[in-house]
Amino acid sequence: MTTTTPPATSRAAVTATATGAPRAAHRWRRRSARRRSTPLTIVMLAVLAYFLLPLFWLAMASTKSTQDLFDSFGLWFSHAPQLFENIRETLTHDDGIFLHWLLNTILYSVGSAVGAALLAAAAGYGFAKYRFRGNNAAFSLVLGAVMIPTTALAIPTYLLFAKADLVNTPWAIVLPSLVSPFGLYLMRIYAQDAVPDSILEAARIDGAGELRIFLQIALRLLAPGLVTVVLFTLVATWNNYFLPLIMLNDPRLYPVTVGLSSWASQAVGGGAGANSNMLALVVTGSLISLVPLVVAFLLLQRYWQSGLATGGVKQ
Amino acid sequence: MTATTAASTEAPRRAGPKRHRLGGLRHGAAGPLFVAPFMVLFLLMFLTPLGYAAYLSLFQERLIGGNTFVGLDNYVTALKDPLLREGVLRVAAFFVIQVPLMLLLALGFALALDSGLLRLARVIRLGIFVPYAVPSVVATLMWGYLYGPDFGPFAQLSRKLGLPVPHFLSDGWLLGSLANVVTWEFVGYNMIILYATLRTIPQELYEAAAMDGAGAWRIAWSIKLPALRPALLLTLLFSVIGSFQLFNEPKLLQPIAPDVIDTSYTANLYAYSLAFTGQQVNYSAAVSFLLGMVIVIFSYAVLFTANRRRTS
Repeated sequence: MTTTTPPATSRAAVTATATGAPRAAHRWRRRSARRRSTPLTIVMLAVLAYFLLPLFWLAMASTKSTQDLFDSFGLWFSHAPQLFENIRETLTHDDGIFLHWLLNTILYSVGSAVGAALLAAAAGYGFAKYRFRGNNAAFSLVLGAVMIPTTALAIPTYLLFAKADLVNTPWAIVLPSLVSPFGLYLMRIYAQDAVPDSILEAARIDGAGELRIFLQIALRLLAPGLVTVVLFTLVATWNNYFLPLIMLNDPRLYPVTVGLSSWASQAVGGGAGANSNMLALVVTGSLISLVPLVVAFLLLQRYWQSGLATGGVKQ
Repeated sequence: MTATTAASTEAPRRAGPKRHRLGGLRHGAAGPLFVAPFMVLFLLMFLTPLGYAAYLSLFQERLIGGNTFVGLDNYVTALKDPLLREGVLRVAAFFVIQVPLMLLLALGFALALDSGLLRLARVIRLGIFVPYAVPSVVATLMWGYLYGPDFGPFAQLSRKLGLPVPHFLSDGWLLGSLANVVTWEFVGYNMIILYATLRTIPQELYEAAAMDGAGAWRIAWSIKLPALRPALLLTLLFSVIGSFQLFNEPKLLQPIAPDVIDTSYTANLYAYSLAFTGQQVNYSAAVSFLLGMVIVIFSYAVLFTANRRRTS
């Protein structure tokens, strides 16, 4: 697709969104600040309520015992809140398996995200800044792969990994997650504008090697794009359910997603005896598992928002 | 799509003779080296499994003779398979209902946020986006409990008010309930892409339009919507791919709605069950391959209609 805005201005706009707001926008904003719409605000607050309601329910539910989940109203506290007891029980149940899951998730997702971002950055930079035979063809091939359904890949990958003895190891989760076509797409666009040719030329005249130019100059300029790719690969791996579901049999290797779903089906199946408090554990575990990502997104907002703009505008 | 994308965005920018020399001839050798690690893994993790699946789909495990080459037999069976047809039609119905709704909501929210008319715009924007950071497993479990007839708050409220308890997990409601979960998860993500694109529109355009006497609606229609076209197309493509692969949500709701969600509820669930519970790896490969083709055809159809509408 052709771009509607010329590269130079959109680049400026992208950096502007990254650093706050462009000066022109400030002027505009201030002028329009005088007339705010109360009806529209009320509508959007109702919308906001819909999106936060399930999370509010989850927060309330994690303060309850399984019995109270049934006996008290879902959207408020019960008579005997016991959040910390629930957390303690979640973390210690079955010899602390939940902590294992949490650490596995962190290991798999951070490993995949950092690896995928670096690979995408190097390749995106290579595609954007060098002309070589097959450049466009190779890039198009990768982009076309976005449409391949994950199952079409996951099942044969599982069979191949089984032959290579990689099934039921962390590699089975990390290796497939290292390739991010969307990350490559983003980094290539980003590298085109963020790394000026004049800097590369100057560095070459000074006698710097190509690898050193990439590591010491380009990588720094690519940092905002890199953060975006890290964050989105992190989410993709953190939230991945299908791949670990088929690749792992050993509960001690499960990430949180697969672990929680196994607890959830126990909670449905059992309900008596040892599993009586299972439901409270599923609910509390769910709350714990989503806190790190939500915090990461809130802290790193300005990076991913500008990164996404790059992808959207230049499609 | 991909070929034209690369070509059309590349051509004008690569045209300068100076850059050509700079980027290409002298330092050409380094380019492939930067690209190589990614491409090697891409080859191993994408193309090899794909090729292997294609190979598997041409064989059949038989009691007598073992692994036998059967040509396109598996595909012929799959095309006649009523379970697969049902699964594909179900996700197609899901796509037709859920995706337009989700994208219209995302578009509306993005325009509202960008209009500058909202109070608390920042809080609203982040609040709508937050579900994207929630794992789909957690989202589905959570909504599953909310839907539940026992301790779900909707059931609790209707019981208290003496109304009939809504059966969100019954046959008639389930597709809608699934659509709600997916919409909840992804509206914010799509909204952010659209909103971020809106923020890159040069302010001079608005000022010029306002000078010409254009109102807020006129500006939205004549400036913002055209500028959002590529981003909308991107979100639509992601949605096509996502809907047809629907797996996590039905799989996770299965334990609490076992009578409604069977092992072939969606095409993807069917492929999974075939391979892992049915041990029919070869047939499963053919099913996944057909599903992949449906997705590719749909994606191209979307791109084709979008492009044709623009040129006409």
